[in-house]
Amino acid sequence: MDLIQHGFLRGIAYGLLIITVVMTATAWGMWLERKIAAQMQNRMGPMFVGFHGLLQPVADMLKLLQKEDILPAGADDWLFNLAPILTALFAIATAAVVPWSAQIVASDLDVGLLWVLALGGIMVVPVWMAGWASNNKFALIGGMRAVAQSVSYGVPLVLTSMVAVVFTGTMSLSGIVQFQMAHGWLIYWPPGPGIIAFLLFYMALLAESNRIPFDIPEAESELVAGISTEYTGMKFGMFYVAEYVHTMVGSAIAALIFLGGWDGPFHWLPGLHWMVAKTVILFVSVYWVRWTLLRFRSDQLMRLCWLYLVPMSLALLVFAAVWVTYFAA
Amino acid sequence: MTSIPLHHLLTLGALLFCIGFIGVLTRRNILILLMSIEVMLNAVNLTLLAFARYNGATEGQVLAFFIIAVAAAEAAVGLAMVLAMFRLKQDVHIDTMNLLKR
Amino acid sequence: MTTEQILFYILGGGAVAASAAMLLPPLGKSPIHSAISLIVSFFFLAGLYALLSAHLLGALQIIVYAGAVMVLFTFVIMLLNLRPDETQEPRITAGKVLAGVLAAFVVGKVVTVVGLASAGAKAVDLAQPGYENFGSTKEVGYMLYTSFLVPFELISVLLLVAAVGAVILAKKSLHYVDRPEPPPSVFDQEHAHEHMHTQSGTDHAGDTHAPHDANAHAASHH
Repeated sequence: MDLIQHGFLRGIAYGLLIITVVMTATAWGMWLERKIAAQMQNRMGPMFVGFHGLLQPVADMLKLLQKEDILPAGADDWLFNLAPILTALFAIATAAVVPWSAQIVASDLDVGLLWVLALGGIMVVPVWMAGWASNNKFALIGGMRAVAQSVSYGVPLVLTSMVAVVFTGTMSLSGIVQFQMAHGWLIYWPPGPGIIAFLLFYMALLAESNRIPFDIPEAESELVAGISTEYTGMKFGMFYVAEYVHTMVGSAIAALIFLGGWDGPFHWLPGLHWMVAKTVILFVSVYWVRWTLLRFRSDQLMRLCWLYLVPMSLALLVFAAVWVTYFAA
Repeated sequence: MTSIPLHHLLTLGALLFCIGFIGVLTRRNILILLMSIEVMLNAVNLTLLAFARYNGATEGQVLAFFIIAVAAAEAAVGLAMVLAMFRLKQDVHIDTMNLLKR
Repeated sequence: MTTEQILFYILGGGAVAASAAMLLPPLGKSPIHSAISLIVSFFFLAGLYALLSAHLLGALQIIVYAGAVMVLFTFVIMLLNLRPDETQEPRITAGKVLAGVLAAFVVGKVVTVVGLASAGAKAVDLAQPGYENFGSTKEVGYMLYTSFLVPFELISVLLLVAAVGAVILAKKSLHYVDRPEPPPSVFDQEHAHEHMHTQSGTDHAGDTHAPHDANAHAASHH
């Protein structure tokens, strides 16, 4: 019963709580995005279900639940059904190690950052499974693009987060925040590389979660809906939810490793408020970018990654190592 | 203290190793062969980590780290060879690779 | 029975079951299902590593094996569009018998010899001084850059060589002896398969001109 004494049950309880909160927040994140998009395009967005459409996510879910579950002819049924479940599972599993404040964390692994990167990296497996198992050209091309993009952008994503690891000397997410509470947020100290690393991380994050301007895997003008073309009902819903959860957890990670996590300018507010505020700001900015910019072409995307982002993050990593060795106290 | 008996860990490693071993000896699909090799390497890793845990020696974990790196290199080259072979023969079964026999 | 033991038997059983499923008929028939069950097995193993206080190795297991190696495998399998093995393999071959005997021998050997030798083995207590950092990223990293520096550098050279080798091998412009015409692309292969199914029963002559037919077939659509 040693594991229980070490917080096994506590971890489960916090895990359930955090999953519930993240899923709920995700549902209203979708509503928020639609509202923002509508405002940017000078329209109202969802208005009918509840006050200013606040119950729209519930209505959407009810609609998805009622839809017919279709298995395309020639599809590999086993993989086809497994893919959305795995996508949602991996997306939610990343939320398990995110510390929302010094106390609120389901599992504070000492390799928390690596865990998040690992699960983010393995997200390509179900995506590719879905693309292939659908037996559909659009889904297959979407899946291929998704794998190519996510494997490529995984490199700058890992390298820039390693910049934070080198500066702070730990891979534990709460350890990184504690370092920043003592030495200043990484985005402004040491001056220069922090903000560049943050911007690179943010771009790689947009690409990893398939957001405009990096959303060619599901470019609707050429690929219908990419990997989710053949999916209906709740299976489609799972992809949809996973995408938002991925974006939200990604924003939380960016807030943790570059923006000081639950640290704030004054301390009479509990840390949770700062953490949530930073996450929501990043989350909204992702959608701000999404509804502002255009989409890259596939080859431009790869060129941007391998010719600019990867060398820049490598240079930053070397700089971080030099800084830590010679300049840090 | 870990309460898992050492020989249970080693037996698990041996079982996994043998599963991989059987796969290598019985299957003809190169991809399955490569996957079986991965299983064998993992069995070795498990054994190394078990000994590392029992002796409190981090060296075992470092060796396991090296094995993972070698496995990654092996998979990349192996799969490239499978691709080249498929281009040549339109098949991935090892018994069709008999160019030297002719 | 402690929680740790229960977890060990669940994870270990899962790893063995998933690896066996990789080879046995229901899933083992089709390479892609084999690969997926192998990924499941790697997840169980990552859990076992974490149970043995090797958190870094557990995370690396997921990143490298499940995230990179198996993605490569599934990618290759799906792009080659390998269908389930319907080849006429004989049920019991000398190889299979040999494999079974050897495997049983190895398992038996390990269970008896090692079981006897390690029956009273006591694990180091990680709570005692000197072992607090066992398995932590810092400790493994420190060792990598000090006592194992040379192997570490050699591994990086190996990875570089492997990367270059993989790129060269996978290039299309290699010239082989009596190389057939270029392979059909993914999209032609879908048609090629239809084509093969309509001509089932013919020998390999059928698929050498399949790409050509498939192209014509595709062109007629436009």
